[in-house]
Amino acid sequence: MHKNANGSTATASEVSSREDRFQHHDYYLLDDLLESDHLLARESVRAWVKREVSPIIEDYANRAECPTHLFRGLAEIGAFGPSLPAEYGGGGMDEIAYGVIMQELERGDSGIRSMASVQGSLVMYPIFAFGSEAQKKKYLPKLGSGELIGCFGLTEPDHGSNPSGMATHIVDDGDAYILNGSKMWITNSPLADLAVVWARAEDGKVRGLIVEKDMKGFSAPEIKGKWSLRASITGELVFEDVRVPKANLLPEVKGMRGPLSCLNKARYGIAWGAVGAALDCYDSALRYAQERTQFGKPIAQFQLQQKKLAEMITEITKAQLLVWRLGSLANAGKATPAQISMAKRNNVHMALQVAREARQIHGGMGITNEYPVMRHLMNLETVLTYEGTHDIHLLITGLDITGLNAFV
Amino acid sequence: MKSLVCVSKTPDTTTKIAFTDDGKAFNTQGVQYIMNPYDEWYALVRALELKEARGGTVTLINVGPAENDTIIRKGLAIGADEAVRVDAEPKSAFFVARQIAHYAREQDYDLVFLGKETIDYNGSEVGAMVAEMLGVPFLSYASHMEMEGDTAVVSRDIEGGTETVEVKPPFVISAAKGLAEQRIPNMRGIMMAKRKPLNVIEPVEAEDPAVAVHYELPPEKGDVKLIDPENMDELVRLLHEEAKVI
Ligand SMILES: Cc1cc2nc3c(=O)[nH]c(=O)nc-3n(C[C@H](O)[C@H](O)[C@H](O)COP(=O)(O)OP(=O)(O)OC[C@H]3O[C@@H](n4cnc5c(N)ncnc54)[C@H](O)[C@@H]3O)c2cc1C
Repeated sequence: MHKNANGSTATASEVSSREDRFQHHDYYLLDDLLESDHLLARESVRAWVKREVSPIIEDYANRAECPTHLFRGLAEIGAFGPSLPAEYGGGGMDEIAYGVIMQELERGDSGIRSMASVQGSLVMYPIFAFGSEAQKKKYLPKLGSGELIGCFGLTEPDHGSNPSGMATHIVDDGDAYILNGSKMWITNSPLADLAVVWARAEDGKVRGLIVEKDMKGFSAPEIKGKWSLRASITGELVFEDVRVPKANLLPEVKGMRGPLSCLNKARYGIAWGAVGAALDCYDSALRYAQERTQFGKPIAQFQLQQKKLAEMITEITKAQLLVWRLGSLANAGKATPAQISMAKRNNVHMALQVAREARQIHGGMGITNEYPVMRHLMNLETVLTYEGTHDIHLLITGLDITGLNAFV
Repeated sequence: MKSLVCVSKTPDTTTKIAFTDDGKAFNTQGVQYIMNPYDEWYALVRALELKEARGGTVTLINVGPAENDTIIRKGLAIGADEAVRVDAEPKSAFFVARQIAHYAREQDYDLVFLGKETIDYNGSEVGAMVAEMLGVPFLSYASHMEMEGDTAVVSRDIEGGTETVEVKPPFVISAAKGLAEQRIPNMRGIMMAKRKPLNVIEPVEAEDPAVAVHYELPPEKGDVKLIDPENMDELVRLLHEEAKVI
């Protein structure tokens, strides 16, 4: 790789053939706390990412194109809803296994992890938790196998951090609801076969609906120009008098509890995922610092670089402990939304700091796609904002510890 | 087809190799282990393909301590039906071969698969010993294998070319690159593996007549000497007098 350190530019094909040299970093021997199926899940997803994601990801991110062929592979490996029961298309695994899978996917790319988070936690989970038996039978197995792709519509152009102010609404019309409104920033929307959409009913309560691609009046234009999550496709959802059959209403939930419980699942996965992105940046920086020489020494021998690397692995280790404990709580059904907020906020911010420091260690090479760091760094700006911004999660912790609401 | 696949554990390929201070054993401190790639990628997968095409069963066997169960579970997650672990330290190739042969003899396998070597000590001995102990043919370094009726057609890597042989089961076959392609276990497989039988059995007596007495690392690479391209005489002199290669 160093041949490129002296000025020659790397072409996309050179980059896409670059070897993924990631190694395992477990400073506190946390593997001792994992069970053998967690370790196997991690090994498998890591091998899959090395084979399927790493060789192509820089190229797709560069062209701002979603590697849609990976949906099938993600389904085959079992990345969609791993902690949902097997009879509904899930993997029947525990929450730690789910976390470990998200960590490995995001070690590859936050966009690839997003493809899986949305499908599993934001589409399959609400249908599983709030859907009728008929809806579960109709959609879940096909979502689990990647035959159908879903998206999750909560955010609106004028309601981001405050989704409960949503304007999208439904009106009762005999055997159907008439849906009007629009959603913004929706991962996977332009290529999704169905959308789980949250809309306000006439009684003022928020309800969930399954909207299918070919329903009249429904469109999903792509949002272009993203400098972040470039390998993930994002779009709008536009509803103009869409007739959604009543059979497509999620019967078992009313109010914001519906979308928020989905977000809890996804945020939990992001708290793990961010550790993966941080590990990849650290791994690359550590190797680069040992291989790159300046002033006749490897730059890893300079105290300033050691400070960066030592602080990175310290923060990563703390974040690993946080998600491991959160996973144990989740397995016992004891993880609170506020605990999940704390982990999401801490770990994503940690990953972004690690990415920034790692970027500097790579010098000029750090801004190119020869190394994964700048891509992670740009991706993490989205991860810091979606699923509740960095600020909003702090306010959730604030509310939880003081009992005083600072949102409004 | 009733197949037995021998799997061993080996240090991860990125491990830094060191020996104990007395040089008598490998220093296992801080070492991460994986399933031997020749066993996993080629031997096991080819056995599974044959089962998928012709029916039958695939059993894994490992000689080793309880820590090896993670590696055995991986083999089950990839698709083997059941596994046996002989609960003993795999002291030497002879010891391991004795255990495998003892178990295989009682079970009537059509095929015994293993990797062409384990990438730690690279002995390539176990397969030949097992075949000898069972009194069946041994096909080493197989890079291709098809069943045609009741006969197997096996291509073997030989120096500078390939040899093709026909052989009827039962036999022992050691897998080289090309025999099959790596399969990554998926989450469903990992969960199913938890419910598959992994039987632990006691070892039989086997005293190895050969004992390893000492290990050492290859000498460190020396410094590079740069010689002026004009100065051919100096190059020849150094190759002759210092490197002693010409
Ligand atoms: C690439 C991408 C993919 C996404 N995918 C999805 C998806 O699949 N589905 C979906 O529904 N949404 C999705 N989102 C939307 C995402 O969840 C929102 O962008 C996020 O919730 C923030 O909303 P906003 O962009 O409207 O920002 P705003 O809410 O307008 O926030 C702007 C700034 O104001 C701050 N702020 C807001 N309110 C307060 C307050 N009370 N106190 C202090 N500060 C405050 C915020 O922290 C932020 O810094 C995605 C976003 C991106 C960028």
